Amino acid sequence: MLKTIRIALWIAVAASLVGVATLLWHKDRQEQAAAFRPEFSLPDEAGTIRTTEEFKGKHVLVFFGFTNCPDICPTTMSEVAQIMDDLGPQADDVQPIFISVDPARDRESGLNEYLAAFHPAILGLAGDEAQTRAAVESFKVFADPEKTASAPGGYTMSHSSSLYLLGPEGDWLRQFEYGTSADDITADLKERL
Amino acid sequence: MMKQIIAGLGLAALLPALALAECAEVSQGDLSIRAAWSRATIGTARPAVFYVTIQNNGSTDDRLTGIETSVAGMPMLHETVMTDGVASMPHATAIDIPAGETVSLAPGGFHGMLMDLEEELKEGESFPVALQFEKAGEVSIDTEVLPIRAREAACGATP
Repeated sequence: MLKTIRIALWIAVAASLVGVATLLWHKDRQEQAAAFRPEFSLPDEAGTIRTTEEFKGKHVLVFFGFTNCPDICPTTMSEVAQIMDDLGPQADDVQPIFISVDPARDRESGLNEYLAAFHPAILGLAGDEAQTRAAVESFKVFADPEKTASAPGGYTMSHSSSLYLLGPEGDWLRQFEYGTSADDITADLKERL
Repeated sequence: MMKQIIAGLGLAALLPALALAECAEVSQGDLSIRAAWSRATIGTARPAVFYVTIQNNGSTDDRLTGIETSVAGMPMLHETVMTDGVASMPHATAIDIPAGETVSLAPGGFHGMLMDLEEELKEGESFPVALQFEKAGEVSIDTEVLPIRAREAACGATP
């Protein structure tokens, strides 16, 4: 009788160990899934392909926009410029990137000249349709042309308006929704740098 | 020494006041319009923006139905609308200016989109914009061109 109880207890111990191991394994899997690494591979104005890989070691602040956008895009680029100024020497560890969702038109009107007017550190990337689509999908954001008579050229872009922050390993850290003040973003970055 | 300090402090207090005073204000009927500003552009290829603050001091609602300016062939009222973090910019046929309220065309909301620019907007210059109101009629205001990096009116938009 006693022997049966002892065996039953040992079975219970084994079962609980298996249970704990399963839980740990499961948790590990979840953490791996949480390390989301969005990527881009897009040409700069000189035509050189720039990839997420090259910015390893830096925090990368990504915005999807287009230069024919009169409101949200210049407002966000002004915030980014303010952030880069306020970071002082720590700005060296942050790379702001503007990915054009209207690349053909932006290449034509000169993306670098436009971005440099806000801050010389902002890197502008404008690919072809497939490269742009790949970046948009990898970041799980939204960008679509909308036909309208009330915009130049007969179309405008609807686009995700947040700033996306990637860590030094290319891992997704967070997004800053449109309207987050430059001060708040600078404070958040300073804590990480 | 004390004199200079007092003079310096006086100047420090006066300068922002002067900067504030620079902001043009126009009144017509029940409406006062102020803090009209835009951002400098690079060339004329891209549309410019128009922001302004409109205060309705009366007891009847009014509506802003359109804008006209010599600097752009196609000025239009637009609204930035956020849906789940996605921005789109539909044409606003009219903007309500309710009685007793202040409405701002400001970053992230209503704005004038100045398309087909006739000239580059240069920092420090200004240009007139005529606002058409349903009741108050047409009101023209001088619009300051601020640096491309400007985030708000130089004179502060809130009353």
